[in-house]
Amino acid sequence: MKRSEPGLYDYLPLTSRPAIRWPNGARVAFWVAPNIEFYELHPPPNMSKNAWVRPNPDVLNYSWRDYGNRAGVWRMIDAMKELGIRGSVSLNVAVCDHHPEIIRRCVELDWELFSHGIYNTRFVLNMSIEQEQIFIRDVIDTIYQASGQKVDGWLSPSVSNNPWTMDLLAENGVTYTCDLFHDDQPMPVRTETGRLCSIPYSLEMNDVIAYTRAMKTPREYGRMIKAQFDQLYAEGEESGMVMCVPLHPYLIGQPHRLEPLLEALDYIKSHDKVWLTTGREIAHWYRDHYYDDAVAHAKMLRTSHAPAG
Amino acid sequence: MPLPDEYLVYPRRGYGMDHDFYEWSAWSQRPKITWPDGARVALWVNVVLEQFPLDTEKTPFPVPLGLERPYPDYWNYTLRDYGNRVGCYRLFRMLDNLGIKTSVAMNAALAQSTPFLMQDIIARGYEVIAHGLDMAHLHTNATSEEDEREWIRRSLEMLRQAGANPTGWLSPGQSQSDHTPKLLAEAGLEYCCDWSNDDMPYPFTGPASGLVSLPYPFELSDVYCMGLWHQTAVEFAEQILDGFHALNAEATKESGRVLALTLHASISGQPYRVKPIREALSAIMKHEGVWSAKPGAILQAVRSQP
Repeated sequence: MKRSEPGLYDYLPLTSRPAIRWPNGARVAFWVAPNIEFYELHPPPNMSKNAWVRPNPDVLNYSWRDYGNRAGVWRMIDAMKELGIRGSVSLNVAVCDHHPEIIRRCVELDWELFSHGIYNTRFVLNMSIEQEQIFIRDVIDTIYQASGQKVDGWLSPSVSNNPWTMDLLAENGVTYTCDLFHDDQPMPVRTETGRLCSIPYSLEMNDVIAYTRAMKTPREYGRMIKAQFDQLYAEGEESGMVMCVPLHPYLIGQPHRLEPLLEALDYIKSHDKVWLTTGREIAHWYRDHYYDDAVAHAKMLRTSHAPAG
Repeated sequence: MPLPDEYLVYPRRGYGMDHDFYEWSAWSQRPKITWPDGARVALWVNVVLEQFPLDTEKTPFPVPLGLERPYPDYWNYTLRDYGNRVGCYRLFRMLDNLGIKTSVAMNAALAQSTPFLMQDIIARGYEVIAHGLDMAHLHTNATSEEDEREWIRRSLEMLRQAGANPTGWLSPGQSQSDHTPKLLAEAGLEYCCDWSNDDMPYPFTGPASGLVSLPYPFELSDVYCMGLWHQTAVEFAEQILDGFHALNAEATKESGRVLALTLHASISGQPYRVKPIREALSAIMKHEGVWSAKPGAILQAVRSQP
């Protein structure tokens, strides 16, 4: 394996790949992924990444994240319910232990729970394969016990990976990863066993990036979401696209931020060729209908465009 | 080097919080809060007045908009000092004209060095919140418990000598050590504003019992929106109004709410920023069901719920 490239997927250009048809002729598979997280006040150190910006206890940042669970998430869940949009929850599974009330609410509303690790302050960086295996089993077992759901999706805490992570996920029956940002459509991920897909999750549409890095206003964020959707909806006539809005209740659940998001979601919902769905449903549809075609097409491209000699 | 296996052990993984400062409380299970005269939204405007010592050596972490240039950093020192000479009076005039009940969070060193300012604040009837010694004294575990206790004692003493009688606390940079809540309670303080984890007041527990956390949504502050994120004052004002309308709508259905707004004299007090902020606050004050309140009054109202 070359260290210079991920080696996880083939080159499949936008203009030469099998066309995707979503259920009922939808042009865009649209999903909303709230990150429900727990950050520890005193996490153990990991030499590759600090959990907090300030020295422990980082009260400013801890309390900001805690806001998501105490207040923001409830406001967000109610608003999404009102709109009839299910969430696919990127879950730090320790929330099942700390705040089971939140999990019960999500399960009641038939939301998907997928893995975002155990705590957002524990990373797989520097874990051995054996340690990471224990970590993955913990996540899968915790979600199953709390909800009866099988873990299909995986977003690593802080999008941190080891070179073997995707293999371990596939081996443990995970069907999609959200850690790859290389496409607007699902793609096969090359693993030793199993059939793992990447599902577009998006950093660009992510409220963390929009608010804390790009420093956008809530109304600007709403406009970005609509613009992203308009383009994908137009392109989706040829081949079905995926659009994800990843959310964090500690940001979007603040009173001054919720309304512009809801307006954008309502706008998206008002289009008739939209599949309002979940990460799991997209992954299963893709795996069952297009995974093999995409692999075969990439192979054909490699052969037909092989350099001379 | 691989991680020790303890990295996969989670000692506080269980129901509630992973510490003992306060209890977990889900938004959906809160009792209904009623404000005086059946108001829906308590509007709390807090003006922050700060002193950044020119000779500040490296702090445990950078404070937003602090001194970051080589000594003597006239650039940042005077930008911040502008607030204490010009900006604050502009804001005070605006707030008084709108009839807004105001609190002022003030570094003790500033209270001591500017008696005129402190007397003006008292004459206007504002509530003073202790804001630590100055912006170089950040509360972290690097300071011993005894030293931190002394910092808090001196902060309160200096403010009292200057004529104020603070019952609340805001740490410089919202910094706290593991001892801060207990030390604040021990010093007889009734509330602190360092934990931005709720839209409503809630009690601390254990050794910090008696202390109440008041909401402090720092992302809806001028430091973040305008100082760090470079949004315009019009955009800041839109967010204030959007926040108000959201809280007002919730209050109609669920429970009284608090809109806590923080204005830093050196940022919101700049001439070109005043008008949009004034217009937003004016619209809120003209709205029915708004209770303009100082933090002490909000605390009192929460404590006297049936």
